[in-house]
Amino acid sequence: MSTNKAIDTVAGGKAGVVGNYLDDRLHGASGVKKLLNKVFPDHWSFMLGEIALYSFIILLLSGTYLTLWFKPSMTEVVYNGSYMPLKGVKMSEAYASTLDISFDVRAGLLMRQIHHWAALFFVAAVSVHLLRVFFTGAFRKPREINWVIGTLLLVLAILEGFAGYSLPDDLLSGTGLRIAEGIVQAIPLLGTYVAMFLFGGEFPGNDFISRLYSIHILLVPGILLALVSAHLIIVFYQKHTQFPGAGRTESNVVGYRLYPIYMAKAGGFFFIVFGVTTLIAALVTINPIWLYGPYTPSQVTAGSQPDWYIGWLDGAVRLTPNWETNLLGHTISWNLLIPALIIPGIMFTALGVYPWIEAWVTGDKREHHLLDRPRNAPTRTGLGVMAISFYLMLWISGGNDIIATAFSLSINEITWSLRVLLFVVPPLSFVITKRACLGLQRRDRDKLLHGYETGRVLRLPHGEYIEVHAPVSDEERAVLLGKNDVAPLQLGSATDANGVANPKGKSGARRAKLSEWFYGDNVPVPSAAELEEAAHHLAHASHSEITSH
Amino acid sequence: MNEIQHGSSDPIGAVDGHDVVSGKPIVPLGHHELRRADIDPKAAIRAERQVATMFSLSSLMIVSSIVAFIKVPNDTLVILPLFGPVNANHITVGSLLGLGIFLIGTGAIHWAKKLMPDVEVTEERHAFASSAEDKAAFGQAIRDGKAASGVGERKIIRRSLLGALALFPLPLVVFLRDLGPMPNKRLRETIWDKDIQILTDATYRPIRPEDIPIGGLVNALPANLLKIEEEDGNLNERGKASIILIRMAPADIVSQQGEGWDYQGILAYSKICTHVGCPISLYQQRTHHLLCPCHQSTFDLADSGNVVFGPAARRMPQLPITVNAQGYLVAASGFKEPIGPSFWERG
Repeated sequence: MSTNKAIDTVAGGKAGVVGNYLDDRLHGASGVKKLLNKVFPDHWSFMLGEIALYSFIILLLSGTYLTLWFKPSMTEVVYNGSYMPLKGVKMSEAYASTLDISFDVRAGLLMRQIHHWAALFFVAAVSVHLLRVFFTGAFRKPREINWVIGTLLLVLAILEGFAGYSLPDDLLSGTGLRIAEGIVQAIPLLGTYVAMFLFGGEFPGNDFISRLYSIHILLVPGILLALVSAHLIIVFYQKHTQFPGAGRTESNVVGYRLYPIYMAKAGGFFFIVFGVTTLIAALVTINPIWLYGPYTPSQVTAGSQPDWYIGWLDGAVRLTPNWETNLLGHTISWNLLIPALIIPGIMFTALGVYPWIEAWVTGDKREHHLLDRPRNAPTRTGLGVMAISFYLMLWISGGNDIIATAFSLSINEITWSLRVLLFVVPPLSFVITKRACLGLQRRDRDKLLHGYETGRVLRLPHGEYIEVHAPVSDEERAVLLGKNDVAPLQLGSATDANGVANPKGKSGARRAKLSEWFYGDNVPVPSAAELEEAAHHLAHASHSEITSH
Repeated sequence: MNEIQHGSSDPIGAVDGHDVVSGKPIVPLGHHELRRADIDPKAAIRAERQVATMFSLSSLMIVSSIVAFIKVPNDTLVILPLFGPVNANHITVGSLLGLGIFLIGTGAIHWAKKLMPDVEVTEERHAFASSAEDKAAFGQAIRDGKAASGVGERKIIRRSLLGALALFPLPLVVFLRDLGPMPNKRLRETIWDKDIQILTDATYRPIRPEDIPIGGLVNALPANLLKIEEEDGNLNERGKASIILIRMAPADIVSQQGEGWDYQGILAYSKICTHVGCPISLYQQRTHHLLCPCHQSTFDLADSGNVVFGPAARRMPQLPITVNAQGYLVAASGFKEPIGPSFWERG
């Protein structure tokens, strides 16, 4: 231990005293110094993950507040609170205490609505953040593990949201639980038992709300918190990806320091997200459970809709035809297994393993820290848009009754149209997106070679009109040159030059075909020679050859 | 590392204008443009005042939200244009708090954007893979530890340990057994039986056939339900025994699930959808179709309750009914098939 004050002092004044005290015990100075100096790249789309994180924090805060009044019990009570229309009505304690929070606890409705809005924003932000990561290729090596964590977070966020809005035991949430129980019952072999054990007997039973409560406030948030922490630590450790641009390479990060810039910006952004959520919660009603009434299994409201992130599952259940088979005296309900278990199972699995599928198809095993612009990976972008359109078709199907009543259309015709569109729109979206991306690539190449259109039109001596082109800015040139050109895999043919069969020939040929499909149509960035020649032409602007394209 | 890269030709990770990793051409960072506040001290002071104003306004709003919490009544509705009637306390407290929080955020970001340095800096990325020596040392440490423990050679220890570890979670699963009862016949049976009186759902009154006009629909329950619910303390039986009564002109009835199960054109069907168990409520008089509001399964009640559209695979079970000596509607028997959604053992 040095007694030399000059060496010993972390900072002057009182902060220095505290700093020294902590450093003597935790050895923080060297590590935290690196942390404070950490550089983050700037881009609006990097804030989507932040919104998700901040919504999660808001959920923890507002949720804790709600637990102080909410009573997770299905015991029947007679309501005697200040909401007149339900006075004297028999209901569960869960529903009665939610009414109390909404009408008799001051700021209770505010907290309830902050909690519900934040949940809607949380799942939305997670989803859009995931799309950003997908379309920019940020999931590629070395970030595949964080992608899987993100996928798990999305699944858990959806389940947690469903559990949350099922707790108040109102007519809408009870109907949702009834549907969930029906789906559990459809699981072959185990379904009936699982349903009985979950609900403590038949639906609705006496136990489910209190069981769901501990899952909602302890188990799932605990796992979410652990995964969110791991997600952030990995992002910190691996450093953030950045878009191509001036001064950006695969081995640097260009941006601003965590301290003080990002601490102010990101910290400020937390308050903005919190403030906006609070304002919306103050002004816009969400889930007015008092209008739905207490749950009873013999009633339902027409046109009832789940929260937005359940809509696609509900839509899938609505679209699936009434297939059911009888196997040796046992019922297999395909009409529930396909939409509620098989389709989501396939979708989330495909999502989780996508980084490895793409790496296998492309044979790309390198690290990537510079992002792809979506247009520069046309097949990936096409696949992403295809998945989105599939999801959207299901989501729209979840509102087929609303569409039918709003536009006075036949529910049967809408359902049949959506059944067809579910298989037509996604492949069409793929083709259109891929073509659009390739068109944008051609335009980018054109911009590099011939500059951008200045809008200045000249008339040449012989009468011809031309538009003057000028070289793009350095910043834009850096972005355009940052495109990643990858040649399709060349993996030997089925036989070698001497006609001897290649043992890996068949699978190799198949993989090469897939790789060709993935990269084949790529419009390459101009070569150095081409660029030089183009620069030469551009320097002599207003020559007639610049109009020749 | 960490030095400012503006103006220098090759950023970290580039040599001779090319990325050392990808080989792609790299354009150096352009010249940094100064902001108003960087050159004009007046602009800087203005920005400083703007930030301080936001923070001060925020304090004011946050304190006001506490005052509003205490002072504004919680039982008064105010009518706001666009928003309709809202609780006065809720909307004032929420708006003030929301604005107060929001202003902290805008203040901080304004401060960062106008007054904190906006020169981009560059940091080096390090390779993720550990060095060959580290990897080798790690592998050696693992092998050394394995050798020291003898887990490789001492098969009997290894296998007995694996056995114990595999068994250890089992009781934790088995102990969940008392979460609920075995299914037994629960999903197959309802409390309907011969001669059980049919009561209206809302008012629990017995029903005479003449109470239901042609085209009419009555939601109904078994007369023994209330007593059973009192004993059980749950709504399980209601979830299975709810029925609807509808009356149609006898000539309109195409078929029934059993001979004479109606009473003078009054038919009783389960109210619980055979798809996932929503109670069905939408009945169209003209077509005799019953539509489930949850997933739009449609059943033709004039034709044995068969499925005519939607995801439900099974017809709506029909309850045979008749009248008792006093002339009230009663069940002629219980349901002849399980009501509600399918399940594995249903067959």
